[in-house]
Amino acid sequence: MMPAIRTENLGKTFTLHLQGGIRIPVLRSVELGVAPGECVALSGPSGAGKSTLMRCLYGNYGAGTGHVWVRHAGREVDITSADAREVRAVRRDTLGYVSQFLRVIPRVPTVQIVAEPLMARGLARDAALAHAAALLARLNLPAALHGLPPATFSGGEQQRVNLARGFAPGYPVLLLDEPTASLDAANREVVVALIAEAKRAGTAIIGIFHDTEVRDRVADRLFEVAPLQDAA
Amino acid sequence: MTALMTARGLELRFGAISALDDVALEIHPGEVVAIVGESGSGKTTLLRVLAGMMPPEAGQVLYRGEDVHAMGEAARRRLMRSDWGFVHQNPRDGLRLRVSAGGNVGERLMAAGARHYGNIRTEAAEWLQRVEIDPARMDDMPEKFSGGMQQRLQIARTLVTRPKLVFMDEPTGGLDVSVQARLLDLIRALVAELGLAVLIVTHDIAAARLLAHRMLVMRHGQVVEQGLTDRVLDDPQHPYTQLLVSSVLAA
Amino acid sequence: MIEQGYNFGYLDENTKRMIRRALLKAVALPGYQVPFGSREMPLPYGWGTGGIQLTASVIGPDDTLKVIDQGADDTTNAVSIRRFFHRVTGVATTERTAEATIIQTRHRVPEATLGEHQILVYQVPMPEPLFRLEPRVAETRRMHALADYGLMHVKLYEDIARHGAVTTSYNYPVMVNQRYLMSPSPIPAFDNPKLDRMPALQLFGAGREKRLYAVPPYTPVRSLDFEDHPFVPVRADAACVICGSRASYLDELIVDDGGTRHFVCSDTDYCASRPPLQEDAA
Repeated sequence: MMPAIRTENLGKTFTLHLQGGIRIPVLRSVELGVAPGECVALSGPSGAGKSTLMRCLYGNYGAGTGHVWVRHAGREVDITSADAREVRAVRRDTLGYVSQFLRVIPRVPTVQIVAEPLMARGLARDAALAHAAALLARLNLPAALHGLPPATFSGGEQQRVNLARGFAPGYPVLLLDEPTASLDAANREVVVALIAEAKRAGTAIIGIFHDTEVRDRVADRLFEVAPLQDAA
Repeated sequence: MTALMTARGLELRFGAISALDDVALEIHPGEVVAIVGESGSGKTTLLRVLAGMMPPEAGQVLYRGEDVHAMGEAARRRLMRSDWGFVHQNPRDGLRLRVSAGGNVGERLMAAGARHYGNIRTEAAEWLQRVEIDPARMDDMPEKFSGGMQQRLQIARTLVTRPKLVFMDEPTGGLDVSVQARLLDLIRALVAELGLAVLIVTHDIAAARLLAHRMLVMRHGQVVEQGLTDRVLDDPQHPYTQLLVSSVLAA
Repeated sequence: MIEQGYNFGYLDENTKRMIRRALLKAVALPGYQVPFGSREMPLPYGWGTGGIQLTASVIGPDDTLKVIDQGADDTTNAVSIRRFFHRVTGVATTERTAEATIIQTRHRVPEATLGEHQILVYQVPMPEPLFRLEPRVAETRRMHALADYGLMHVKLYEDIARHGAVTTSYNYPVMVNQRYLMSPSPIPAFDNPKLDRMPALQLFGAGREKRLYAVPPYTPVRSLDFEDHPFVPVRADAACVICGSRASYLDELIVDDGGTRHFVCSDTDYCASRPPLQEDAA
């Protein structure tokens, strides 16, 4: 099957101009492809560059070499070289990313944060809010919190808001960075179920799972990200 | 999709100082573009040149294919009244302080030809509400308003005629931090709701991250880096951008 | 008797030619303020130097001149100007509106309908209708050039918002020929409708401000208003104590220490041409 997302000779080196221009190579010649309905877990010691790879896949980091191809609107788009408007379109319709930290927008209620990507894709406001509320409820976030901005929420609550926002639109490609890190057992189960459902719906998932038990339950295979030997 | 505004080869010098050095830029409908850089980097000059308020020494600014600096002042003013809006850093520059809040909002409607007092008032009241000003204060003079309220009034006055492209020059500049957050959120919501294209000049990186889809970093009159907002901020390439980003306290 | 030593109409021919040229331009651009080289006149600014220069430039030996001040032919200003022109031109003067070919006026338009053979010359203290709203002269010129008159409507809006109605009762701004915003000079708003499509030529002169403008015969002149707050010409709800008119513009007189008020026609010729009230009538 054609991959939903794949990399081609992807490499990433950071140049720190403020520290005398030292160069820190993090990724080299990464070749990764994930098919629709497949879940791939990135593995490797911490500091090996798993998060950097995730950010490169999302276009949050630029690439030093190579390409990140995402199937979007019937063709492959190279996230590393597409212009900003096209990357936004890919992120709106195709590519989702659940980071470890919720970027809080002042004054915007939780339910609206979750509903926003749905509305951006054209779903009517009421339907989007209903869908968002249902997903938050499933992640055991009490309805009393839905109308509040999540700035004052606990880490676990914020992460569930983040997860709801990432899972709600049903992106064809979903990137998950430590989705269960600060969750209790019950919520971990919900996330495992959400991932399974997404896979059945044909979503290609790439994840970093600290929790090996969760990882083994959801991942179809591992992709090793090895630290580069010449890292300074 | 065609660009709403395209600029290329813009040059402008103030004596020995280069305010614009071969600047090019595009903005598309519904796109929010932030221009960041420290004071004196040329960002406000760029905004003024793009808005037709100041001619460049070389280069072109096209709005929907028409040369903004060649079209003549009458046509440019017409644009300023219909298609464009300009939000000044200091609300006093964008408001008439001795005209009531309702009159300030209504002025653009009247300039656009509205001649029904009742309708003008209804629409002004609606807009005051949208920017979270109590419509009961409609007949009050803006000189009695707080800075944040004045700025929200300026935004209502600018957006009431539903422009397609809005220029904002440090819209949160002179405000308290708590007031800034509210204003930013308001701008964010209105921009998304109305599908506005916005060019916003700011030195507030956090504001740029919150509002802008795309970002240009300026230094010494040059655009040293540009691209997706989150990529420019999280993976800055140019030494100056790295300095700029690392100088910001993490929120 | 014509005063010796002065050119016909006091101004020299070159000056008259210059003013006539400016007037031609003004007629070609109804409502547009044309700059002109205003001369020193033998009376102070504010006494009608603009109007006098215009009258002097268009008057000929066959003209009959009428001069009114606030509608009256017999006030100091009107009498002086009339006498002045009689001395420097020898033309006939009159107090009868119908007989005049040139009527110079301060602050009124005669009640009688004027005809194509007549010229109405207004004395104008401040020709710029936007001057209280926009202090920068260059900016007001730009606003005229671009027909950018939203600000004038803001003023009317503010009046209604604050007082429930437009409070401007004289010098009420008008749009001329749907193009230029114009000050009709400090005539009562009551007179504004008379400017619209008037068969007579209307000339406006501001001596101190060195501007003149014109409304050619039959030009549309519209008082600014809102659809739901239409312009209403206001007059005192009373009858003239002399002629009983309920249609003319009235001056208010306090006639005793008790504050008793009487109203009389401001247009003295109009009032005099009507049959006097019978003491016992009605």
